[in-house]
Amino acid sequence: MNVALAKTDTGRALSDAFAAARERLPAAGRVADLRQQALDAYERTGLPHRRIEDWKYTDLRVLIREVLPLAPAPDAAALKRAEAALKAAAIEGTRRLVLVDGAFAPDLSDIDAEKGLSIRPLREALDGGDSALQVQLFALDNANPMVALNSAMLTDGVVIEIADGAVLSQPLHIVHIAAGAAASSIFTRSLLRLGKNAAATLVESYVAADAAMKYQAHDSLVIAIGDNSRLDHVRLVEDAAEAVNISSSVVSLGAHAHFNTFGLTSGAAVSRYQATIAFAGENSRVETNGVNLLKGRQHADTTLLMDHAVPHCASREVFRAVLDDSAHSVFQGRIIVRPDAQKTDAKMMTRALLLSDDAEADNKPELEIFADDVTCGHGATSGALDDSLLFYLRARGLPEKEAQALLIQAFVGEAIESIANDALRDLATSAAERWLRTRS
Amino acid sequence: MPAVQETVDRVRRIDVDQYRYGFETVIESEKAPKGLSEDTVRFISAKKNEPAWMLEWRLEAYRRWLTMTEPTWARVDYPKIDYQDLYYYSAPKPKKQLSSIDEIDPEILKTYEKLGIPLREVAVLEGVVTKPVSDDGEEGAAAPRSKIAVDAVFDSVSVATTFQKELKQAGVIFMPISEAIREHPELVQKYLGSVVPTSDNYFATLNSAVFSDGSFVYVPPGVRCPMELSTYFRINERNTGQFERTLIIADKGSYVSYLEGCTAPQRDENQLHAAVVELVTHDDAEIKYSTVQNWYPGNSEGVGGIYNFVTKRGDCRGKNSKISWTQVETGSAITWKYPSCILRGDNSRGEFYSIAISNGFQQVDSGTKMIHLGKNTTSRIISKGIAAGKSQNTYRGLVTAHRKATGARNYTACDSLLIGDKCGAHTVPYVEAKNSSATFEHEATTSKISEDVLFYCIQRGLSQEEAVGLVVNGFVKDVLQQLPMEFAVEAQKLISISLEGSVG
Repeated sequence: MNVALAKTDTGRALSDAFAAARERLPAAGRVADLRQQALDAYERTGLPHRRIEDWKYTDLRVLIREVLPLAPAPDAAALKRAEAALKAAAIEGTRRLVLVDGAFAPDLSDIDAEKGLSIRPLREALDGGDSALQVQLFALDNANPMVALNSAMLTDGVVIEIADGAVLSQPLHIVHIAAGAAASSIFTRSLLRLGKNAAATLVESYVAADAAMKYQAHDSLVIAIGDNSRLDHVRLVEDAAEAVNISSSVVSLGAHAHFNTFGLTSGAAVSRYQATIAFAGENSRVETNGVNLLKGRQHADTTLLMDHAVPHCASREVFRAVLDDSAHSVFQGRIIVRPDAQKTDAKMMTRALLLSDDAEADNKPELEIFADDVTCGHGATSGALDDSLLFYLRARGLPEKEAQALLIQAFVGEAIESIANDALRDLATSAAERWLRTRS
Repeated sequence: MPAVQETVDRVRRIDVDQYRYGFETVIESEKAPKGLSEDTVRFISAKKNEPAWMLEWRLEAYRRWLTMTEPTWARVDYPKIDYQDLYYYSAPKPKKQLSSIDEIDPEILKTYEKLGIPLREVAVLEGVVTKPVSDDGEEGAAAPRSKIAVDAVFDSVSVATTFQKELKQAGVIFMPISEAIREHPELVQKYLGSVVPTSDNYFATLNSAVFSDGSFVYVPPGVRCPMELSTYFRINERNTGQFERTLIIADKGSYVSYLEGCTAPQRDENQLHAAVVELVTHDDAEIKYSTVQNWYPGNSEGVGGIYNFVTKRGDCRGKNSKISWTQVETGSAITWKYPSCILRGDNSRGEFYSIAISNGFQQVDSGTKMIHLGKNTTSRIISKGIAAGKSQNTYRGLVTAHRKATGARNYTACDSLLIGDKCGAHTVPYVEAKNSSATFEHEATTSKISEDVLFYCIQRGLSQEEAVGLVVNGFVKDVLQQLPMEFAVEAQKLISISLEGSVG
């Protein structure tokens, strides 16, 4: 149920912030108008709350209360802190594209030329006057308040274009670094356009430099995958313990395309990842997998919409949550099979493992089917570690924590094993192991 | 995978243009003035000779209702209801004071005969053999009828309740709720609104203000109700809403099985049916509640049909108590109903078995809620939805375990099947776990029901489909096989319908 609310205090504060920040926001051509529309859309609802069905389990009015003011552009000190943070976040053998406090940092990035690959900061791309690109970048649905907010406030990002037939030699790694010491919001948007018969791997990391504690990262990603192309995507949310991460992505696939995506969330106090994946061409395939590893009072929400608009496509969703202390994990998956999408093969499985009686797991695997010759399945389970398995391991001499760790590893392994790139799979596995070590 | 032919045929046989209960009974009736106001509420209360507390209760609900808005979250779409354009009370005009069933207006008796509901006790004496005629015209196997007590509700009033005396000897109270309010005020006051409070939701609040009749059942401690109880609801009058209220209390260690059926004449207007059903089980008690819902679904153009907006909830108040809901839903233009269980007592158990078949332009948004509050509470949900024609069929269910509900368990299997490419089948499950020892499983496909049971059957020569039919029918049979009504026979057949080709 969408409840139309009068402008909230939060909303008013934001329009002031918007006015104050106007100078700093890209506004070439139609962009200023598109921004204003997005801001108006956001202000009609303000921060989403539990009375809005999609936000039933993630009431931002309670969880984050307000949108923090726009982060200042990074100064030399911030960039220095970011550089230090980058050392830990860097992944060997990848091409780094670094965003510091919502601004592209060319000095920390690797933008050497490669055949078939074009990389531009978003600000530059918007100012370039390409109105088709401007429209594409603002084509996201303002009905979602947090998407609208992001559209209204975005400052920078990366525009990546991969030409037909190009197969990138190394994965692209977008590193989002929060480096400002003041409590503030970062708004970014990136675009990846993959031509026909092309292949690429994209990794996204969200990290904080030493000084950054309480910040909000508002990110969005638009991905268009051409016919016969393949994109592998890994996102790692390792934000600071008090941070907020609200990320949205909109993905479209052409015919015979393949999208494999994996997300791991272990950081941030409050996070929400909302993705819409739409099939626009036949015979395409998507695997989307995710793991939430949460403790303390962390809250993480994954909301996926799989839109089967055309026939003969397949999708798989595998989601795992491991929850300790008073952590709260939300999974809302929705598969839509539109009337013409015959021979769709879609499956969704979500499982939660509760390690503590104060943890909470909410699962909502939803199907919406309008075609009669399809295979669709969904499943959801939640429960504790199996006592008999624990006993088996302990009887063989493993200490309790170790036995638990082994079982948890196996539990999340099912989601991790789908990562195609060996190095990235190892990376995810070691991130999970790191989390497990912090338990003992 | 598309649906198998047998299923397609079976669903076709109950398509909206095949509705068999669409006849009208011509009878004089007495109505409340059209529209809804405090006066309407007072009129109904006065008609029923209600005590002052009851009127107060209704008025409070009415005032609350005025402040509420109609819910819009369900996946159903209908033009705005004009609540002032309805009659809230309609009763067949009594010719004189009745002293026995034979004095009921013969038109009404004929109506129930036509519907296959025996109101004359002589007709349902034990051992009388009847041959129920099934929907496909073949005669069903002759089965000895067991005794069954019927409360027949015609528009807004109960016209007959059979076997009351015999039930009374066993200590069971089975009577129209309007009588119970007068004769057993202490029980009614204690339990009415204790499961579905007057403020619960828009339609339940409306019902609290204007309900006119329904059944009241009280089974005293340790009593196993000696016969099946049943209520048959019939809407007859035009422009009339039916608002019935059912309250069933199973005291410690008791057991009762209850079946309701409903039909309505074929009309090109939409009629509102907003019922409330409350069930209470105390320690070690059990209630089996079955519904065969066959309200007029509208014609093949989507004109007319009943809006079935119903609130049904059971409260497993005592330890080791059990409530099971079984529903076979084939009627109504729009269905909005979620029979639920509040599993409050430790070790209590809730069950929900549902088959919902929609044809024509029908819209179904139905499911259940299993709310685990007590320790070691268990629940099971088996739901099958079949959408054909241009219908939309949604399962919406909630399973939740409270922090203190340690050891809670739920198993859910909900499958849906589409016949044709103009309809939609949807599943909206909410699974909320708030403690680590709660184990919830929401399964996708029929083959997952119990693989070893299926394997056992298949090994003995049954096909996968037959095995699934056996397993699922096995679950539900217990509830339905004791019910000798013709409409239950039909329902039984629907439960074994093949869902091959179903989606999660």
